[in-house]
Amino acid sequence: MYPTDYLYSREHEWIRVEDDVCVLGITEFAQQELGEVVFVELPEVGQVFNTDDEVGTIESVKAVAEVYIPVAGEVIEINDAVVDDPELLNEDPHGEGWLIKVRFSSASDLKVLMSAEKYEEYVKSGEA
Amino acid sequence: MTTLKRTPLYACHVEAGAKLVDFAGWEMPVQYSGSTGGVIEEHRAVRTAAGMFDVSHMGEVRVRGAGAEAFLQRLTPNDVSKLAPGRAHYSGLLTDSATYIDDLLIYRLAADDFLVVVNASNAERDFAWMAERVTREEKNSVEVTNESDRYALIAVQGPQAVPILTPLMTPGAADVRYYGFLQGEVAGNPAILSRTGYTGEDGFELYLSPEDAPGIWRLLLDAGVKPAGLGARDTLRLEAAMALYGHEIDETTTPFEAGLAWVVKLDKGEFAGRAALAAQRAAGIPRKLVGFEVRGRGIARQGHAVLSPESGEAVGTVTSGTWSPTFEKALGMAYVPAAMAAPGTALSIDVRGKSLPAVIVDLPFYRRAK
Repeated sequence: MYPTDYLYSREHEWIRVEDDVCVLGITEFAQQELGEVVFVELPEVGQVFNTDDEVGTIESVKAVAEVYIPVAGEVIEINDAVVDDPELLNEDPHGEGWLIKVRFSSASDLKVLMSAEKYEEYVKSGEA
Repeated sequence: MTTLKRTPLYACHVEAGAKLVDFAGWEMPVQYSGSTGGVIEEHRAVRTAAGMFDVSHMGEVRVRGAGAEAFLQRLTPNDVSKLAPGRAHYSGLLTDSATYIDDLLIYRLAADDFLVVVNASNAERDFAWMAERVTREEKNSVEVTNESDRYALIAVQGPQAVPILTPLMTPGAADVRYYGFLQGEVAGNPAILSRTGYTGEDGFELYLSPEDAPGIWRLLLDAGVKPAGLGARDTLRLEAAMALYGHEIDETTTPFEAGLAWVVKLDKGEFAGRAALAAQRAAGIPRKLVGFEVRGRGIARQGHAVLSPESGEAVGTVTSGTWSPTFEKALGMAYVPAAMAAPGTALSIDVRGKSLPAVIVDLPFYRRAK
């Protein structure tokens, strides 16, 4: 269920690292909790963030979720497809529903993130 | 830790893959799973076909006796003397300041026999409110009993609801007018068949005995009626601009402020809140409930502040807001100063620190095709 080459945060974001760029999205668990997504708000290309900054919001009929960036860095690309068609987040949260790409500055930020296995346990534990 | 209460239909919700949440101390379905599940799909099923809601958690208070009409007349703003047997009307329990203890429906079962149907969240309080107001002189002519445990309630709503229900109900039920009811049967089980609802669609609310409810639910499921949860119930009633206690109405709001003047019959005689309402009408109503459409990107929700276009200060509050599945935009209702309440007025709403533009529109947002 959860791609093993991704890393996961306690706020239900996933990261896929490609050299010095990471791709950020929300997990299957997050999308299920939210329900049908109707709005996605993303930052602008060029914006610079610190670790754990709020970078956007995802709204469903019933709820709002803030998206936090697990690494510090600069936004180099945003997924326009998901802004135009928010349902992509529900349909393919780990793939087509990616949110932003960030050129990140510090690899040490990645150390606090969870492996797929640890994330699955976290979700199952009910602490999530 | 207190355990949540379950309605007679709990097992049906589990079977249908419901996502269950705590609502007013009851374990209730907010939505169901599967390809036709989810708030948006369930909402659309009610607007285009037929959906059903388990609202068994609502409260029912029976008021009987020769003094029952006079008693209810005193406690509520609508005119009970005009309510004929076989008819229901929408009303409320008001404080002496004319603010809401609850909104409710009163059914006249017979000349001296009424069923008052109240919100689940207020059921205990409403029963106590009413029971405490039977005076010593009325003790032998007014009996107030809590009958909430006696009824399960399934609301079947949508353009296909009446066609699907008609062959299952007592003959002639389909001829019952809006806000009328029949004491009859559904699928051979005794039921109050009430042509009422909280969605803006046609349909019936079926008051059933708890034991019969699961069988009728499954029958309706087989007939193509889609289970719909509290999430869709909220988006539907909001599109139809129907008040929800704790949002548009509460102990700080009067019927006049909430756009419910049609419920108030000042000339019928004395009732709780009458003087306060007359005074409010004479002095002018300071704030009004309006509908709005969001023009920017985002959803305004309960509690978000409405800002003055000139000063940016908070001048009002959003009572309810959501994304509308029918209109595919964010809609809501808010209290604003009366001077700002005209349709077409531009508003700003503070959504998590951002100023979201909106415009006041006429209510209701949705009216079904007749």
